[in-house]
Amino acid sequence: MAGREVGTARGRVGLYVTAFCFAVFCGFPFLWAGFTMFRQDSDLYSTQHNPFEYSKPATLEHVTSLFTDTPYLRFIGNSVVIGLVVVGITLVLALPAAYALARLSGRWGVPLAIGIFAVYLVPPTLLFLPLSRIVVLLGLQDSIWSLILVYPGFTIPLSVWLLVGFFRSVPRDVEEQAQVDGYSKVGALVRTVLPLIVPGIFTVVVFTFTLTMQDFIYALAFISSSSQMTVSVGVPTNLIRGDVLYWQSLMASAMIVAVPVALIYNLFLNRFIQGFTLGAVKG
Amino acid sequence: MSSPAGTLEATRDTGKGPSGGGRWFYFFERDRVLGSLMLSPAILYLVLVVGYPLLLAFFYAFSDVTVGSNKFDFVGLKTFKTAISDPTFKTALAHSFEITAISQVLVVVLCTILAFVLAADFKGKWFLRFLVLLPWTTPVALGAIIWLWMVDSIFTPFDWFAAKLGVIPDGGHLVLLGHAGTAMGTVIAVQTWRMLPLATVIVLAGLSSIPRDVEEQAQVDGAGFWRRLFSIQLPMLAPVILVAILFGVVFTFTDMAVIFILTGGGPGTATQVLPSWAFYKGINGGNLSVGAADALFMFPVLLGLSAVVLKLAHRIGGE
Repeated sequence: MAGREVGTARGRVGLYVTAFCFAVFCGFPFLWAGFTMFRQDSDLYSTQHNPFEYSKPATLEHVTSLFTDTPYLRFIGNSVVIGLVVVGITLVLALPAAYALARLSGRWGVPLAIGIFAVYLVPPTLLFLPLSRIVVLLGLQDSIWSLILVYPGFTIPLSVWLLVGFFRSVPRDVEEQAQVDGYSKVGALVRTVLPLIVPGIFTVVVFTFTLTMQDFIYALAFISSSSQMTVSVGVPTNLIRGDVLYWQSLMASAMIVAVPVALIYNLFLNRFIQGFTLGAVKG
Repeated sequence: MSSPAGTLEATRDTGKGPSGGGRWFYFFERDRVLGSLMLSPAILYLVLVVGYPLLLAFFYAFSDVTVGSNKFDFVGLKTFKTAISDPTFKTALAHSFEITAISQVLVVVLCTILAFVLAADFKGKWFLRFLVLLPWTTPVALGAIIWLWMVDSIFTPFDWFAAKLGVIPDGGHLVLLGHAGTAMGTVIAVQTWRMLPLATVIVLAGLSSIPRDVEEQAQVDGAGFWRRLFSIQLPMLAPVILVAILFGVVFTFTDMAVIFILTGGGPGTATQVLPSWAFYKGINGGNLSVGAADALFMFPVLLGLSAVVLKLAHRIGGE
């Protein structure tokens, strides 16, 4: 996406000032977390100095203790495994469904599409009580598989909604040509349409992964042993012990997850915006 | 696989033409059959993990089920009466609306301004985008923990700023989470902060889909920045902003993580919201039926939202 040029000097000053304000609003908590994570305890619990200076040398102690004294790596591993499996399930179920809604389902297409998206509006806070019973019945309590089972409940509707827009943006001629060339409908879909909606698939992967990472309530309600916890729930339960909060490690745990993911998203943001434009705006 | 030329070659190699499959092939080629085959797995999955538990939630709300017991007795509207008669319920409901409404108004205004900023060219844009994405890539629970530390009653940096500005005496404390008003303000700030990135991305997508020539023509015709903004860009962005609001309302209205970690509903019940109240009742209090009844009060709001979606979809479908 080529940016717009701002011509006047007044406009440019306004632009930089606004940009700076947003940078502070979005970034200040992370600046503060970054300052905190390397502090020694005696430095942290002191109100005698400017909060943005170190009165004692910085230390990596609390960052390393995250890896040595808590199952932090395990939490990250669990979150990544859950995210990837859910992305897989979501793509396998949402891709054909979205295609069918965009091309094959005739007059039922629109009501069904709305129905599926309406599912997305049913919040986890409403479902977690019955689901916690169902999870026990299935013997999945206290296992990451309970989360893998329920997360597609909110990732599929959103993905279908986005993908329908993508499929509609692919001209029918492309498929018809492939069918003339001797492919079956499914063959034409796989060979000609799927490659064209790669940005859409990419958008769905990003959305799905982010949503699984964000969940708190299901993970809190279903999981009780550390070895099965995700980052969202494992970090607070292991680093908040009653009234004692291990602030430096808590801050580090958030930064270690957020910064790399934000860097990756930033690289692909234009692609993601294109994807969203096709999927949700024009679709 | 990706290029059309390669596809043609492949056809001849595999020879998978209409002649290859026989009767079953034609059966599967019919739109209806193929369509339902492709749709049904997704629908079945959603019925099992959303539809069925939703039904159960209604069922719980009309029964007297608790965490420990397996017996269901139908008690009609009694559970709802119990739920409503708790004074905290009304407070929680009001807070849910208050937090959602105020934070979403802020998000809409801020995300539109931010989208215009990010659509312009300037030095350091890459870094601003990175900062803006951060609240979105932080799991809500961890984001809330960062804020919890940032507004800590003793070690918050805001005390230092406030003392410099003369709002409080040197060595004084704001105790932001200790007063009803400022605790509410903090919760609203966190919700705005965490919903801003997604809303901005959505509006940016809308902005990039406005044809450049429309704007250029307006500029040639002599329309200034503000005129173009209010007569062309904002009206064209309206549907996209509606989508952003929809996401924002769903995420904010149904969120309990921020309250759970930041305030625990306190001080007192000053920041208790419907989802967190349902959690405290249903899981911590062990009263599944009252928890479910509390949570069900979110449903009318979400139904209203669905109506908006329907309208949106209708408009889009009509094009």
